Amino acid sequence: MAYSDKVVDHYENPRNVGTLDADAKNVGTGIVGAPECGDVMRLQIEVDDKDRIVDAKFKTFGCGSAIASSSLATEWIKGRTIDEALALKNTEIVTELALPPVKIHCSVLAEDAVRAAIADVKKKREDTASLETGAAAAGAASSMT
Amino acid sequence: MGMVYLDNNATTPLDPRVLDAMLPFLKGEFGNAASRSHQFGWTAEEAVEKARKQVAAVLSANSKEIVWTSGSTEGNNLAILGAARMYAEKGKHIITCRIEHKAVIDPCKYLETQGYEVTWLDPDGKGRVSADQVRSAIRDDTILVSLMFANNEIGTIHPITEIGAVCKEHGVLFHTDATQAFGKIPIDVNEMGIDILSLSAHKIYGPKGVGALFVRRKKPRVRLVPIIHGGGHERGMRSGTLNVPGIVGCGEAAEIAMNEMPTESVRIRKLGEKLWNGFNSQLTEIFLNGDPDHCLPNTVNVSFLYVEGESLMMGFSDLAVSSGSACTSASLEPSYVLKGLGLGDDIAHSSIRFSLGRFTTEAEIDQAIEQVVKAVNHLRDLSPLYEMAQAGIDLSKVEWQHH
Repeated sequence: MAYSDKVVDHYENPRNVGTLDADAKNVGTGIVGAPECGDVMRLQIEVDDKDRIVDAKFKTFGCGSAIASSSLATEWIKGRTIDEALALKNTEIVTELALPPVKIHCSVLAEDAVRAAIADVKKKREDTASLETGAAAAGAASSMT
Repeated sequence: MGMVYLDNNATTPLDPRVLDAMLPFLKGEFGNAASRSHQFGWTAEEAVEKARKQVAAVLSANSKEIVWTSGSTEGNNLAILGAARMYAEKGKHIITCRIEHKAVIDPCKYLETQGYEVTWLDPDGKGRVSADQVRSAIRDDTILVSLMFANNEIGTIHPITEIGAVCKEHGVLFHTDATQAFGKIPIDVNEMGIDILSLSAHKIYGPKGVGALFVRRKKPRVRLVPIIHGGGHERGMRSGTLNVPGIVGCGEAAEIAMNEMPTESVRIRKLGEKLWNGFNSQLTEIFLNGDPDHCLPNTVNVSFLYVEGESLMMGFSDLAVSSGSACTSASLEPSYVLKGLGLGDDIAHSSIRFSLGRFTTEAEIDQAIEQVVKAVNHLRDLSPLYEMAQAGIDLSKVEWQHH
């Protein structure tokens, strides 16, 4: 099976390879897949106060198409808002990379990784918000005594 | 430098000497070896009988014990189905192993649907089945043991002589698929107690589409029910006009392989060791699959942890190898051979088989080492698993999101 030029390009020159601080509250991490299935994607996003993705990084264990799908996904979501990134469809990746039917699951995995990273950062924000509300309430209660 | 071909267990290039031997039979000499009434037929028959002797010599067999086939898939089918049907009255139990070639597994599975019972032995972690395992599996109704001489993916060689002795002891026929071993390591069907043996020409620098089945004629005289019926060629075991040029090529290839085995097996084993040592000195967390103490000289199967096989092969586009990874097969399942050794799917996904051959040079091995090391390092930089492992995370304890 021959690879498309775009898959080869992403394989040879992957965009946005790296690691963001998974503990930072404005960073969301999505890890999808499993080693025994032959694919694991980790996609991370850094989000500013206006819900814009200011940085995105990935690392992928998997075939060339899986690497290219995740590399392309980081390229596309960088600079977009969370809502815009959620609108990303795996079929767009399939078209852009000219993936054959047997490799469609790679694009699905990339879409799942984006969604998982967004879900993670949203959850962190909710946790932080509830923590802050809780702390404020506790502060108010203590001042009354 | 051009493409480096390290996939000789898949197939081999035709040796120019073999082509030279075949050419007369592709040009002027077109006779049917079964034509007994004229010179065209006699010339063809003479060539076929010479090739039969050449193949028999490699096995220390009698040339009358060689049946021409289209290759090992046919040979394995004829051996297994033919023996099962011939000896059905004696019993319907067959013993084989989980990491056989599909051309053995599938006929056995077919027989399971036809009222036969098959015992599927589990190999050890290096791919070997012991004679004791065979002994324990033999029952009163066992008619056939079918175990490959050497494994195509990992190169592991079974203790054939010991297994042959156990079969003799119990009066059970012993078939071995010697596709990978024939012409690469010494085989003596009498010393090893082999009753039926399959081989193929294209694995030993001969043409595709031709092979042979050794079928013992004495002690015991093995009889097989044919799977192809017709003119009664090949002692009735395999009808059909003989592929004379192919058979001539098979014979010539066998003779060359036998003559060169003492020097070639040493040369190729050294190159294989150089390949492994080259990887091992520059990369960590890799390991050799199979059994280094009982291995074909040409097969080096390596798992490069934390990188996936197909992506690795993409990194060395001018190196022809094969992978145990799912992505290279139509089934999307990783190698059942590596899984059969008890290795995890993740390790099977990370494996590459390098199979060297007659035309492999030292410069090609140097090139292979350089390209593989570079690709592994590139992919480990991209691998979340490598990063996690380096950080001390036990990957087996992570809860993965299966899909």
